[in-house]
Amino acid sequence: MLRFILRRLLAGVILLFAVSSLAYLLLYLGAGDIARQILGQEATQEQVQQLNTRLGLDQPLLTRYFGWLAGAVTGDFGASWFTNQPVIAAITSRLAVTLSLVIGTVTLTAIVGTALGVWAARKRGAADRTVQIVSVLGFAIPGFLIAIFLVNLFALNLKLFRPTGYIPIGTSFTGWLSTVTLPIIALAIGAIAAIAAQVRGSVIDTMRQDWVRTLRSRGLSENRVLYKHVLRNAGGPALAVLAVQFVGLLGGAVIVEQIFAIPGLGPIATQSTGQGDIPLVMGLVVVTAALVVVVNIVIEILHGFLNPKARIS
Amino acid sequence: MSESAIIPPTEVATEVRAARSHIGRRILKNPTGLAAIIVLSLIVLSAIFADLLAPMSPTTPNIQEVLAPPGEGGHVLGADSAGRDVLSRLLFATRFSLAGALWAVLIAAVIGVTSGLIAGYYQKFFEQFSVWVISIIQALPGIVVLLAARAVVGPSLWIIMAVFGLILSPAFYRLTYAAVVGVRNELYVDAARVAGVGDLSIIGRHILSVVRAPIIIQAALLSGIGIAVQSGLDFLGLGDPNVPTWGQMLSDAFSRMYQQPLLLVWPAAAIAFTSIALVLFGNALRDELERAAGKPKKRRRGSAAYTPDTSGPAPVVHAEDREDGRPTLLEVNDLVVGYDQPDGTVKQVVNGVSLKVKKGEVHGLIGESGSGKTQTAWSILRLLPAGGRIVAGTVFFDGKDLAHLSEKEMTKIRGRRISYIPQEPMSNLDPSFTIGSQLVEPMRVTLGISKAEATKRALGLLARVGLPNPQKTFDSYPHEVSGGQAQRVLIAGAVSCEPDLIIADEPTTALDVTVQAEILDLLRELQNDLHVAILIVTHNFGVVADLCDRVSVMQHGKIVETGPARSIFKDPRHPYTKSLFDAILEDGAARGPLAHSADRNMLEEGAAR
Amino acid sequence: MKANEQLLVIDNVEVEYPAKGFGKKPFRALKGVSIDIHPGECVGLVGESGSGKTTLGRAVLGLAPVTGGKVLYKGRDIAHLGRKERRALADEIQVVFQDPYTSLNPSLTIEQTLSEPLRVKKMSGPDASKRIRSLLDQVGLPSNAADRLPREFSGGQRQRIAIARALALEPELIVCDEPVSALDLSTQARVLDLFKDIQEATGVAYLFVSHDLAVVRHLSHRVAVMYHGEIVEFGDGGKVTSDPEHPYTQRLLLAAPVPDPVRQEQRRADRRRLLQAQEDLAMQAGAV
Repeated sequence: MLRFILRRLLAGVILLFAVSSLAYLLLYLGAGDIARQILGQEATQEQVQQLNTRLGLDQPLLTRYFGWLAGAVTGDFGASWFTNQPVIAAITSRLAVTLSLVIGTVTLTAIVGTALGVWAARKRGAADRTVQIVSVLGFAIPGFLIAIFLVNLFALNLKLFRPTGYIPIGTSFTGWLSTVTLPIIALAIGAIAAIAAQVRGSVIDTMRQDWVRTLRSRGLSENRVLYKHVLRNAGGPALAVLAVQFVGLLGGAVIVEQIFAIPGLGPIATQSTGQGDIPLVMGLVVVTAALVVVVNIVIEILHGFLNPKARIS
Repeated sequence: MSESAIIPPTEVATEVRAARSHIGRRILKNPTGLAAIIVLSLIVLSAIFADLLAPMSPTTPNIQEVLAPPGEGGHVLGADSAGRDVLSRLLFATRFSLAGALWAVLIAAVIGVTSGLIAGYYQKFFEQFSVWVISIIQALPGIVVLLAARAVVGPSLWIIMAVFGLILSPAFYRLTYAAVVGVRNELYVDAARVAGVGDLSIIGRHILSVVRAPIIIQAALLSGIGIAVQSGLDFLGLGDPNVPTWGQMLSDAFSRMYQQPLLLVWPAAAIAFTSIALVLFGNALRDELERAAGKPKKRRRGSAAYTPDTSGPAPVVHAEDREDGRPTLLEVNDLVVGYDQPDGTVKQVVNGVSLKVKKGEVHGLIGESGSGKTQTAWSILRLLPAGGRIVAGTVFFDGKDLAHLSEKEMTKIRGRRISYIPQEPMSNLDPSFTIGSQLVEPMRVTLGISKAEATKRALGLLARVGLPNPQKTFDSYPHEVSGGQAQRVLIAGAVSCEPDLIIADEPTTALDVTVQAEILDLLRELQNDLHVAILIVTHNFGVVADLCDRVSVMQHGKIVETGPARSIFKDPRHPYTKSLFDAILEDGAARGPLAHSADRNMLEEGAAR
Repeated sequence: MKANEQLLVIDNVEVEYPAKGFGKKPFRALKGVSIDIHPGECVGLVGESGSGKTTLGRAVLGLAPVTGGKVLYKGRDIAHLGRKERRALADEIQVVFQDPYTSLNPSLTIEQTLSEPLRVKKMSGPDASKRIRSLLDQVGLPSNAADRLPREFSGGQRQRIAIARALALEPELIVCDEPVSALDLSTQARVLDLFKDIQEATGVAYLFVSHDLAVVRHLSHRVAVMYHGEIVEFGDGGKVTSDPEHPYTQRLLLAAPVPDPVRQEQRRADRRRLLQAQEDLAMQAGAV
């Protein structure tokens, strides 16, 4: 097991290196005259030169790249071109917010999605049709549209509580809960649809397996076979979908945070993109890629617990 | 599988028509599919003819008309925060949003399908390379890549959506790759190769035809995602302000939500309707495809339809050779088993079977595929697949009618009183649990014994069924043992709770001949020791001859002949039984050497080692 | 004996499949196998799963990687042909596979499937249609079968279609890989008779692979027995299938139950005695 984790970690580090190198080179090659873009057309050639020197842009690309890489392995991603704030500080202060949102969503998704999927697979008929309709809607309607709808509904019509803003979990748990509930719902509906459809499909497929009949013939009740044996076998494919959903949710959070005015990674991602603040964009790329690598390893370990064949190979 | 004689001509005719009618035509008959196509066509048409339909310019601001309500100043849907006509903007936004999404999907399809075909057909290097490229593409959420791209190339709809196409391409790649790998290992591709068909021709004829429809489905679903992502980016204000899109309209409306909430409705509705229509279209197409394919690989048991007829001639009954004093254990009377069809009818697969199994006897139920023998066995255990049920008849076991017991009472009978040995040993063990736990769990549940006690008994049973190292097998997972060993494990499971009757469904069919002989020996020994009755379902007369005291021959869901095994083998009377005996090759003469080379054979026989 | 009198000579052939993953040993499916087939002859190849019998058939067809030895067809080594040369052999060597459900493309009509080899040989449309009708007639199917899809046919009928495809180019050798194992008893007998009739009418040779001694005995002039990637016995069909010399063939023969309770009891006793004797022999060998 330890060897397995180490091997996956090594592969993850290599992948992270490849992704960040590729991103760095493409970003700087594609960017053109950066200092001119920052200063605008009115700036003099001298000012542009000065800025280039200050940002280190007068050095060759590869030199800059190795400099960046050397800093990056120690956690130093440079500073924002616009605020001069260190990139790492800008990101870490906001990462926790986004993560609390995404992890909350994944937890809700796993529970509700599995329950809906099992319910549809078990009862078929009307339950099945309901879940299928929910799946279609959840899959088709983008999360940010749901977010807009929720803000609209609560801000304009219900006026129950302020639908936007954010209270850190450390300040007040109930406050945190009241601010993340709507964003989590907005994010979760699509993910729940995907998980429910997957669980429904794999439970139905697994129920058709020969060994289900054999276990039942040994005197085990249908529920026991379903919850102990079928769910475990159906869990593997559902986990794979959950991993994909997690990655998608990281992206979805960018837009949803904007709508609910939550100070996560979303606002700085949008802002740095609009301004062309490449050090900050690079920092975001590396941090999200690292998150994806970690999540995939966690999912693979969980998969190994469920499936003995995966454990061995 | 049955010969043509039992497929009624009408069924063939409807099948032919169903297969012949093109998938495109069938989706029009699917109500969801038709509705989706109509909605999509209307949306596409309004995008194409936006110039003609739009009453005003979508981009000219008018300060007097800022946030005009619908109907005012000739603005059918009102005006936005810059006083631009909402209807006109909506029409042009439809054009650009759709075009952006389709552009991304087109790029994704071209890259994904081409690389999938190459990697799938030639594998090796291409495959390795693709795996790496995909893991790099998927190391980041799509939005983050798009934001990074936006940071350097600026607000260009087409470049950004082209990048998104690249991000989507693994979806097409995977689909194509899986289809190609699946198809290239099909025997019909081997046959085409042996027939001299070239690679390109094989890809075109056998492979592209398989992936075409799934690609369309994938494209429909991904177009929806493309629309969502494109709108999302524009909503964040990262799009080109000179190109009206749904996302921009939404962004503008969101900022004026408190003043004119109605503005949100139009772009939101456009996005929602288009996305839902795309998903429904994809789903309908998939449903039709699945229906058309009809799962050709799964040989549906008893797929031939019979006229529901439980009367007919009575079976030929042979006299018992001696007075058999053993009491009856299982008595099946006029059993009818059917499957509920989508159209409300019931397809019968067992048409009135009656049979008796005495205490401690081995009863063979023999017949060809589709005769209903397995269905009969499963209905005694009340473990028919979904949709199947006992339509009529009784199954008396030890004084109780199993056909009418509650599920809870039936669960108590299974394992403890009647147990089951399946046909395919490898697919009948749960792959996620150790063999030991699959033996221990039923004993604990049905016998109520402790885990330690059950473990001890399980190890004893594994030794009893001839496994050389019981502890090792106990700790193994199913994929770690051979087919013969797995069948021994399943036999151990069947006898673990000391049942009175074992239903064995073709217990040796999936095994090699030498392993079959060992399993038959084991079954005979266990039967002698435990005095358990066995109802053995088989198509093999050798197995019947080896094990059975009595035999029932099944054809078309009915018993046609029944009696003591020796009597039936000596004197088969029903024409069907006779025809089966005639088809047996075992007793036939060998073909003998090739006539004109007999002399050479003599020489070679000596040469062979 | 001259090699050119033989249609096919398999000379000490080895097949190795590369292992999955580094450092693992490749799998040797065939460990030096030699048999030969005369024109018009049926050679049966019997073995249990994993014995390599199917691999040998695939090696002849160029579908398995031959890593040693020769496959001589009419005196020419065909073990390592390029794609183009291999395709040119299509009208010499053909195949009928085991599974009638996956050996026909489910989305092509019977006519499309049967015309595939004919089109490769550039036969004109009308000629091809005529040929297809005569092929269907030859395998006992009605000519209107041509316009239908495989799923409209039963297993036995599909196998007839597969036979028709194999006959389309009038080959001299057909590799039959368990062609009747998936069929019911009565269907099996009819399809085997069809194989026999076709051989008598056309003089085609068969390499007939099967796990079933009775099937092989019914159809084969000579029989080879495979075990763990090797031929353990090869000779006259009647002799090998009723009075074999090799201990494994003897075990195989006595393991198959006879469809007669009285004789099966006898066979069971014979088998027990044989196993005991072989065990004793092994013990003695071990002691020495």
